[in-house]
Amino acid sequence: MLETLLQNLLNALQWGSFYSLIALGYTLVYGVLRLINFAHGDIVMVGAYIAFFISSALLGKYGMPAFLPGWAVLALTIPLTMVLTSLVGVTLERVAYRPLRRKGANRLYVVITALMAGLILENGNLLVLGASRKKFPEMIDKVVYKFGSVYVTNLKIGVILTSILSFVVLHFIITKTKVGMAMRAISYDKFAVPLMGIPIDTVIVFTFVLGSAMAGLAGILFALSYPILDPYMGMSIGWKAFIAAVVGGIGDIRGAFVGGFILGMIEIMVVAFFPSSYRDLIAFSILLLILTIKPTGLFGVPHTTKI
Amino acid sequence: MKKISTLILALIFSCTMIASGLAAETIKIGFNIPMTGEIPKVGESSKFAAEMLKADINGQGGLQVGDKKYELEFVYEDNESKAESAVAVAQKLIDRNKVLAIIGPNSSKQAVPAGEICDLNETVMVSPWSTNPDTTLDRPFVFRAAFLDPFQGPVAVDFAMEQFKAKTAAVLYALANDYSKGLAEIFKADFEKKNGSGSVVGFESYGDKDQDFSAQLTKIIAAKPDFIFLPNNYNEVALTIKQAHDLGWKGPFMGSDAWGSAELMTLCGDDCIGHFFSTHYAAAGAKGATKEFIDRYQAKYGYVPDDVAALTWDATRLVLQAIQESGSLSGKLRNDRKAVREAMANIKSFAGITGNMKLDAQGDPIKCAVVVRINEKGEFVFKKSVCP
Repeated sequence: MLETLLQNLLNALQWGSFYSLIALGYTLVYGVLRLINFAHGDIVMVGAYIAFFISSALLGKYGMPAFLPGWAVLALTIPLTMVLTSLVGVTLERVAYRPLRRKGANRLYVVITALMAGLILENGNLLVLGASRKKFPEMIDKVVYKFGSVYVTNLKIGVILTSILSFVVLHFIITKTKVGMAMRAISYDKFAVPLMGIPIDTVIVFTFVLGSAMAGLAGILFALSYPILDPYMGMSIGWKAFIAAVVGGIGDIRGAFVGGFILGMIEIMVVAFFPSSYRDLIAFSILLLILTIKPTGLFGVPHTTKI
Repeated sequence: MKKISTLILALIFSCTMIASGLAAETIKIGFNIPMTGEIPKVGESSKFAAEMLKADINGQGGLQVGDKKYELEFVYEDNESKAESAVAVAQKLIDRNKVLAIIGPNSSKQAVPAGEICDLNETVMVSPWSTNPDTTLDRPFVFRAAFLDPFQGPVAVDFAMEQFKAKTAAVLYALANDYSKGLAEIFKADFEKKNGSGSVVGFESYGDKDQDFSAQLTKIIAAKPDFIFLPNNYNEVALTIKQAHDLGWKGPFMGSDAWGSAELMTLCGDDCIGHFFSTHYAAAGAKGATKEFIDRYQAKYGYVPDDVAALTWDATRLVLQAIQESGSLSGKLRNDRKAVREAMANIKSFAGITGNMKLDAQGDPIKCAVVVRINEKGEFVFKKSVCP
């Protein structure tokens, strides 16, 4: 029994890591712009596809010579994917969100635009790459470690550590650096900040770079763990990660991090102790309860609109 | 100027006359298949098989009905592997495309609701791949080419008891999929009947678009079953088996006919080798007309046709045979559709490439199932044939 519990704890940590990584991206953008970037889940999908093409190319597909060992391919794929995915995120901001912001459009319209951008990414992918699924290449050999009857793979450990590490790095950027301070300032008052000589657009672009890089990272790790890619893969996990961010208190990265793990933990533990067909019913009832008790989320503070 | 425009008008008019004159000489069959969404490979296989058959018949000058030859026109519509889209596609094929009969949908998830539409609109529908009893139940216009789950479930049970000497089993199924849920329940009932209640030690499910099954699998593995039954689509099977191996499962898996896609081995790789599933035909080691079909398909499209391709071939040929046996087409769609339904119901036996079948009063074929093993080369090799 104890061993099953430990095994499920590990499962929950891995599953929660994905929610956390994706929720971090939601919350970063929301914290600065008060914009719910509903395309975020689909940026994760784009990240997974970018990682697929980079790693396939480096492994010797598409007529490229294969000269690198698997671990080196992985080490190259991660930063390249993060860079390229952040370019996608920045492009999205430039093309879809900035023009609306310039015109002073209501936030509701920007959210709808984000939803549409997500659909465009999904269906664009469907059109360009076709409906058949892609098998993500295995770059490193999977090692299964056994402790009693608890099993864990090197990948599982990698995923959990990466999500913790990215939280630590993000937390450092936001609390300890100048640009992080600017991000917090914009979130606080976006009309006064430009008057202080802070280039608001640069800071927003930087936010999107950070958020989308997180999405790219989540995309690679997700594709490594669940190596079947399809254009709709980001949709459901993206929405659930958004819920995780809200439960944690959207706008606060500690909230996203903790919220992701809470959602992962609830989903896995509900299955472990109840019939699995009730999973979403019970899981989301618990989340609803949390929000009823603390409507701003665990780490959120009430946001007052000043006239 | 006026003359020219009258001339053009007359030209266009005569063109449309010729076109509609030609249209009377064609037979339209609709295909309600999943070309995108969850199981796109299934739609592709269906379309490829149908294209091959169409080329054969149109190459001979068309389909002989009575004393007339008709050219075949196949209309492919994508149901996105969704139940609601399958219903919309069925309606569209019937009303807008004015097809004589419909092939598909393939999965029971779409075939059960789409069957209702076809039956209400009195249009023959033949599902190649659907195995859930509800698809054809009390629907005189709906037929199928595949065997049924109440037959397939016991086949899997008996095979597993014999092959793995299994006394206990666990099931992981997809809650939102009629096919998967139905088959899982039939399997459970039959296994417990033969091995005593409580012999199915794990009965777990997952939701739509889920990718992580670790909690369910941890629960199943902790219950220590002799084998795990997975009546699920091939893409989910690939993920499930990998995750089970990560969690230390070394025992056997038994699957159902939804495994049998050409894409299973690309997605699953080495993890799937050595496992068994029940299906409609075994491509490796086939003989006669089946082999001829497999060879031609492989030469044309570059991969071994899966069971959906073979079943689509059979389903389409069934419909064409019914059209021929209806005697002649009046051109009045409603009457012709009814005539095809009568002829279809009168077909008592049919020699298909997925085996000989007898059609019962419900529109269901009575035919054999095979159990195949996935060998080291990733081929589906014949292991056992089970006949009703």
